[in-house]
Amino acid sequence: MQHDDVIWDIIGNKQFCSFKVKTKSQNFCRNEYSITGVCNRSSCPLANSQYATIREEKGQCFLYMKEIERAAFPARMWEKVKLSKNYEKALEQIDENLIYWPRFLRHKCKQRFTKITQYLIRMRKLVLKRQRKLVPLSRKVESREKRKEEKALIAAQLDNAIEKELLERLKQGTYGDIYNFPVYAFDKALEQQDAESESDAEEEEEEDDEVMGGSFYKSLCLMIEKVFYSERVFPFVQDVGQREFVAEDEVEESDLSDFEDMNKLKTSSDEEEQDESSEEEEEEEVQASRSKGKSPANGSLVRKKRAYVEIEYEQETESASRRRTT
Amino acid sequence: CSSKRTGRKSKKKNKKAPMKDLKMEEESSGVEKLEPGTTFPPTFSVSEIKNKQRRHQMFMKLKQEKRKQKMQLKKKRRKEREALGDKAPPKEVPKTIENQRVFDETTVDPEDEEIAFDEGTDEFSAYFNGLTNPKVLITTSDRPRGRVVKFCEQLATVIPNAHVYYRRGLALKRIIPQCIARDFTYLIVINQDRQTPNGLVLCHLPDGPTAHFKVSSVRLQKELKRRGKAPTEHSPEVILNNFSTRLGHTIGRLFAALFPQNPQFVGRQVATFHNQRDFIFFRFHRYIFKNEKKVGIQELGPRFTLKLRSLQKGTFDSKYGEFEWVLKRHEMDACRRKFQL
Repeated sequence: MQHDDVIWDIIGNKQFCSFKVKTKSQNFCRNEYSITGVCNRSSCPLANSQYATIREEKGQCFLYMKEIERAAFPARMWEKVKLSKNYEKALEQIDENLIYWPRFLRHKCKQRFTKITQYLIRMRKLVLKRQRKLVPLSRKVESREKRKEEKALIAAQLDNAIEKELLERLKQGTYGDIYNFPVYAFDKALEQQDAESESDAEEEEEEDDEVMGGSFYKSLCLMIEKVFYSERVFPFVQDVGQREFVAEDEVEESDLSDFEDMNKLKTSSDEEEQDESSEEEEEEEVQASRSKGKSPANGSLVRKKRAYVEIEYEQETESASRRRTT
Repeated sequence: CSSKRTGRKSKKKNKKAPMKDLKMEEESSGVEKLEPGTTFPPTFSVSEIKNKQRRHQMFMKLKQEKRKQKMQLKKKRRKEREALGDKAPPKEVPKTIENQRVFDETTVDPEDEEIAFDEGTDEFSAYFNGLTNPKVLITTSDRPRGRVVKFCEQLATVIPNAHVYYRRGLALKRIIPQCIARDFTYLIVINQDRQTPNGLVLCHLPDGPTAHFKVSSVRLQKELKRRGKAPTEHSPEVILNNFSTRLGHTIGRLFAALFPQNPQFVGRQVATFHNQRDFIFFRFHRYIFKNEKKVGIQELGPRFTLKLRSLQKGTFDSKYGEFEWVLKRHEMDACRRKFQL
């Protein structure tokens, strides 16, 4: 026998109901067949042997009915009626099936059905609009990418690259006449380089003349100084040995090392200037005894990175020349 | 002979308990010879020892020996080099990732005619022939917050002829025809994640390719150190570095077409897109030539890095668009020396 009141007495107030959810103001019913979600005497599916609900499956609404005659057969207890997709027709169906049923259940069924159709319509509309896709980030991958980015940034040397590119553009003349940098410095440097290659050839001739002619106005050893600059940009260096004062901001390693070298070479150049200097600027001659100049110059070679001065010494032995002259 | 072994072992590892030495003996008795130098059969490897601590010890020993050998080799080489002095062979160039880059067959050869023809007739040809002026629309995803708004504004100052519009939840596919009607050439959409920009969609408008980038390391103007004053209205110059492959070329042209064709040198501003290992670094500087060999640059403007995620032909259409290139992490990130751009 179904004693609804007894059931309600137990589960509703006094003892435990597993579908009940208690909150401060209200109790809710989690039973899937409940018509309102509230825990009430009239809307508890367990405590009412005649009960009806509307449930929705994949966009289709069904009317479920429970009758006391089938209370003994739990497998067949709920009667399921498919409702039409047309709203009005479905309401008529509900009315038809729940004729002579309590007013409360009829009303609540229709309310629930209305709500369900409304949310189904909204779902269909949302699908047509823009949908936001949440993409999960993998922590490992992200940290790897971050590290790669840092390394790439270091390898890029952006400032240098930009400066280089800008200077290139300046050289190629994309800026036209805006910047009036004296062009003669370029030409002078060009000349210097050409002169170097010429001077080597001339030097050899001179040597021969000297040897043949027998007038050696200089010491017996010749020192040839070749000046190489590792930068692609043309050298803006005056005569070796002259002091150049550079602004504070621009002091870089290369400038400093230039200073050191200039100091060392100054001593050599003093002695050179005592002798008669050759016509070309680059040629400087030192006596054989001064071999000190060799090591510091080579030492500084190793240290510098940018502009450096490579000094080569060529020695002519006394005996050989004497022999030739006589 | 056993005493010799224990003596030797205890010399090396004084901290270990004597019991361990005994065990060492037992285990290695079948393996070691009775010589002062340990010789293992060639098939022995450190990983075969089951005991973790001993395995660790042996491994450390192995490492030390290797390191020692390496130092000896280095010393020897250095001595040889010094001995030779001038005649020493030139120092070898160290290997870098850029040196070791796997050769990409799509690398663009400057004289390639086919590419020149392609580029003469692609979507950017109108720009490069001087027919259109760039006009850029910058917008965001829904409800932009915080840094994204500022980022958009700063981008608008950097790119000349750029307009920022609030996205009112409109679909991109609806925005695009309206933009085309109003003569916009570019659409930039900045995507956000927790109030910071993390994605950028760059769409060339009449019917051009759409590129989707991941944005990282955004620094707004305020956050930069030693920054100059705000960027002026002059059109900046553009520097594009290291875009070497076909794909890189396309992306490079995409960036180039953002800015007007004739930069105003009076403004002395330069926007740089530098590609390094598939990361594109954007910087905005003001430069000044101190003399013909030195130039000073001062950073204004925002900086950010981009990484290309996908390139799609045609305007934005993520479902039915034809993707020319998509980043597939498993294939493309497997090799450290292989890059796409």
